[in-house]
Amino acid sequence: MSELRSLYQEIILEHNKKPRNFGKMAGANRTLEGYNPLCGDHYTLYLKIEDDKIIDIAFEGAGCAISKASASVMTTLVKGKTREEAQKMFETFHKLVTGELTDVSFESLGKLAAFAGVSEFPARVKCASLAWHTMNSALDAKTEAVSTE
Amino acid sequence: MMMQSYQDISTPKQPGNGFDPELIRASFPILKVMVHGKKLVYLDNAATTQKPDSVINTLDDYYRSFNSNIHRGVHFLSERATEAYEGVREKARQYINAASTKEIIFLRGTTEGINLVAGSYGRSNVGQGDEILITGLEHHSNIVPWQMLCNQSGAVLKVAPIDNEGEVILGEFERLIGPKTRIVAIAHVSNALGTVNPVKKMIAMAHAHGVPVLIDGAQAVPHFRVDVRDLNCDFYAFSAHKMYGPTGIGVLYGKQGILEAMPPYQGGGDMIRSVTFEKTLFNDLPHKFEAGTPNIADTIGFGATFDFLNDLDWNAVAHYEHELLAYATQMIGAIPGLRIVGTARDKAGVLSFVMDDVHPHDIGTILDQEGIAVRTGHHCAQPVMQRFGIPATVRASFALYNTRAEIDALARGINRVKEVFH
Repeated sequence: MSELRSLYQEIILEHNKKPRNFGKMAGANRTLEGYNPLCGDHYTLYLKIEDDKIIDIAFEGAGCAISKASASVMTTLVKGKTREEAQKMFETFHKLVTGELTDVSFESLGKLAAFAGVSEFPARVKCASLAWHTMNSALDAKTEAVSTE
Repeated sequence: MMMQSYQDISTPKQPGNGFDPELIRASFPILKVMVHGKKLVYLDNAATTQKPDSVINTLDDYYRSFNSNIHRGVHFLSERATEAYEGVREKARQYINAASTKEIIFLRGTTEGINLVAGSYGRSNVGQGDEILITGLEHHSNIVPWQMLCNQSGAVLKVAPIDNEGEVILGEFERLIGPKTRIVAIAHVSNALGTVNPVKKMIAMAHAHGVPVLIDGAQAVPHFRVDVRDLNCDFYAFSAHKMYGPTGIGVLYGKQGILEAMPPYQGGGDMIRSVTFEKTLFNDLPHKFEAGTPNIADTIGFGATFDFLNDLDWNAVAHYEHELLAYATQMIGAIPGLRIVGTARDKAGVLSFVMDDVHPHDIGTILDQEGIAVRTGHHCAQPVMQRFGIPATVRASFALYNTRAEIDALARGINRVKEVFH
């Protein structure tokens, strides 16, 4: 049960129940779909980017608690950030959920730390990183839907 | 196999040798495995079943004492391996009551069997504007090979719809069989919903129009005895690994006359009579469709599987499994906020469900922590998920070694899910 608690942190359950920045966004200048064919997680990410800065971000769609909470937390963290800052955060997050992050204290990770338990569940890494991969592609101005397969 | 309410089924044991699940469990070594410190509760049998000692030992014995290539050696080991391999063909023939071993083609499994029929029979008999009829509850393996054939030939894929219970609407199915229909391909049992199709009736409907029928039997053979001559199907495909046998081996049954008229599917060794650079004469059935060195070891392991199945009292097994599914349907179906997907009158082996506000993937992870193995996702049947407007389900699927205690464990696991997601 302790492993399970480490996966389903309160922050994750709470963001799953009440996702932030959830719904279609007017005035988005980048829109990209993210899809996890294995389990059917499917989100659309909306971004408003001006001068290389994420002015606004929102998402809609459906999926498991891990994917939805991850998308929700991501939107709260990258809003107002530059492209470079957001992509750096993506790299940190990716290392965190794949268990490659060892030399960083959890305090400095802030809300991201809630996803540390994902690394113990290899089958769920794709769920956790779906929205992040989608954002990363959108920032690179890619237009093809992101698939985790 | 009719589903009844649980209260109706506490009937006395069926006559015959009977069936003791605890005795059966003792012959499946993997069932003693611990998962996350809990006793394994294996409820993913529609994906693959576990193997009894006799099958595992047969594989081991083959490699240790008579591994050899077949059909060509004159030495002792080759003769012994050939005899064992061809002996399994006779066991398979008997098991499904085919008329001849010429009608038993060994291949990797159900998927390859369907691909063989689409690739060989399909390419020779299906052309521009022709129609292929399937149903709305098919596994991807009984959809995609036909779509590929349609793309190559210009034929059209027709789909008989299913109703809200997950049953094929027979009137629609019959209406879709027409003068352009060249083949009908249907699952005997749905892997995602558990629906048992009335295939004998459906075959008769197709035959009334002179249309041959392929049955995908992957999910049927583990749960009840199949008689291909009684069904009168033209093709029947199934996999060993879903009926307590090894992976990588299965059977395509085809009526001899139809198989004889079909061109080979793959070229290579063993499927030829003579080869020159100008011309090749093909071998007779069934070898015409078995190019290359086959999966000898797993075929011989499949032989031990048939022995295991033949030792069972199938009246008692069917009764036991039926009662188990009814118990699961009652226990799991009674959990508030949970909905069973697939409520056909006649079902076998599968309980698919969804829960309010909890995604199947999360349910699967939490159950796994309790040692319970279920499948979550679309079960290679995305059109079924689309029909019910859901992205995925949790699927608990049962075998003869499952018990009521394991279903109680599943119910407790689902309550654990509710605690986590309060």
